[in-house]
Order: sequence, then structure tokens, then C-alpha cells
Amino acid sequence: MKTHTTALRLRTALLVGLSALGFASGAQADFGRSNPAPLPLYKTECAACHIAYPAGMLSAPSWQQLMIGLPKHFGTDASLDTATAKPISAWLQANAGTGRRFSDAPPDNRISKSSWFVRQHDEVSTAVFKRASVGGAANCGACHGHAPEGNFNEHEVRIPK
Amino acid sequence: MRFLFLNGFFLGLKRRARRVGAGLLILAAVVAALPAQALTAADQLAAYAAQSGQTPQTAPGQAFFTAKHGNEWTCASCHTAKPTVEGKHASTGKAIRPMAPAANPERFTDAAKTEKWFRRNCNDVLGRECAPAEKADVLAWLLTLKP
Repeated sequence: MKTHTTALRLRTALLVGLSALGFASGAQADFGRSNPAPLPLYKTECAACHIAYPAGMLSAPSWQQLMIGLPKHFGTDASLDTATAKPISAWLQANAGTGRRFSDAPPDNRISKSSWFVRQHDEVSTAVFKRASVGGAANCGACHGHAPEGNFNEHEVRIPK
Repeated sequence: MRFLFLNGFFLGLKRRARRVGAGLLILAAVVAALPAQALTAADQLAAYAAQSGQTPQTAPGQAFFTAKHGNEWTCASCHTAKPTVEGKHASTGKAIRPMAPAANPERFTDAAKTEKWFRRNCNDVLGRECAPAEKADVLAWLLTLKP
């Protein structure tokens, strides 16, 4: 009798544990709510012109190239002094995306050209991204109201007209 | 006896003076070593003026701010032609708080920050760093603007 209960308990624990993992990785897949709070310095220095893109959205090599190329950052000079760049780079490297999804770097290391991004947004037409109210695929906040907080939950998306 | 007393008194005075003097020296050193963060907009203007060796001029400052300098953007492209109001990043659309210190008291209070943004934005607009005279003119003009 005792072993039967123990077995039951173990099985329940296993099921709960696995589903918890399942939920966690599920959230990770669409960067729902699983983004860690950004390094304050990253927010200060890298969210002056656009949102603080979560570190997990690009691979470590992509982030490294972006940091090296700051003087020519998507058409603008975003250069930083070495003392400021160093801790930001370290944080990006430590929190970068890993795994199969990041095996290929997107062109220009552009998040919105990542294969996972394109897949996630395959229901959103080019015309929608071109709307003035949206302002392009890099402007996450136009449709993802909580993007600045790292929350891209698809159930809270509102596409402006 | 009195002589000895006076002698002691003066000795003590000298020691106290030396201590005060040393303290003042240390204070001066600390103030001198203070990071540029402590400066006001007026201080920064004075610094650029001194660097340029010229008197800042507001009209050229305004002209400089609103003109194209060989590239697509002007300063006004992001900061508006009269930056007492919010501007908008010409590429990302991000809101940019007003540049005029009268409209935004935070502006030009951190010299390192000022220099960083001058470096970046002048590279974008002019393809080079701005000269001290140009920075001085622009800042002088911005300081005339009232919301």
C-alpha cells in the first residue's frame, strides 16, 4: 500500500515537473513573458532610440558583431566608450539566445530578419508592417504594448489601424 | 614665561593654519577631480566657447541646427526646428524629450553625455565631429529658447 502511494506521488511530481518545464519552454519559444529584466546600463544606453530588445533574441556572436559595429548601427552612429561597452557586452553574451534557433545569424544581425521572427509573424502582412502607425518590424512596441518590459505575449497584441 | 606662552600660541596657530590650508588644498583637488557630470548648461557653453576661442553666436547656431550638412538628416530632423517641444527619432519614431534647457532642465548637465551625443549625432549629420565653435553656437541658441 505504501509503495503504491509513493509511486503515485512520484508520478504526480514528475507530471507537474515536466509540464512546468513545458510551460517554461513554451513561453521561451515566443519570448512571451520569460525575458529577464535588462541590465540598467543596457536600458540607458541601448533604449534611447528604440526599445531594449531582449538579449535572448539574438545569439552571442550576433550581439558581439553588433557591439563592434556600433559606429555604423543600422544607418546611425551609436558608438560607446570602451568602459561603458564592456559591461553591456558581458551582459549580452551571458544572456544571449542559444540553441538550434540561433544557429544561423540573421542578415545584418537584424532581429526582424531572424527565421524565428519571420515564423512568429507569418500572419502579419508586409503591408501591415508598412503602416505609419506600426512603423516597421523593428518597432515592436507598436503592436506589443508591453515590449519595453520584455513582454511579447501574443494574446496581448493590438495591431493599430 | 609670557614669551613662552605666546610662542606656544603662535606655534599652535601655525599648526592650525597648516591644517586648514591642507584641508583647502584637498578640497580644491577633489573639486577639480569631480567628474564633468557636475556642470550646468552655462558651464558647458563657457567651456566650448573657451575651446573655440570665439564668442558664441546664436543666429549661426540656429542656422547650423536646421541646415543639411551633406547628409540626409539635419539636427532638426529628430529634435524639431524649435526644440522646446518633444522630438521624434527620424528612423525609429522614438520620442525625444526637448533639447532646450528651458523646456527640459536635464539637458546639458552631464558633460560626458553631451559629448557622447554630439559625437554620434554630428557624425550622422555632418559625417564628422562638430567643432567647439559649432557646439558653442548651437548651445548658445538653445539657451535662448523659451517654451
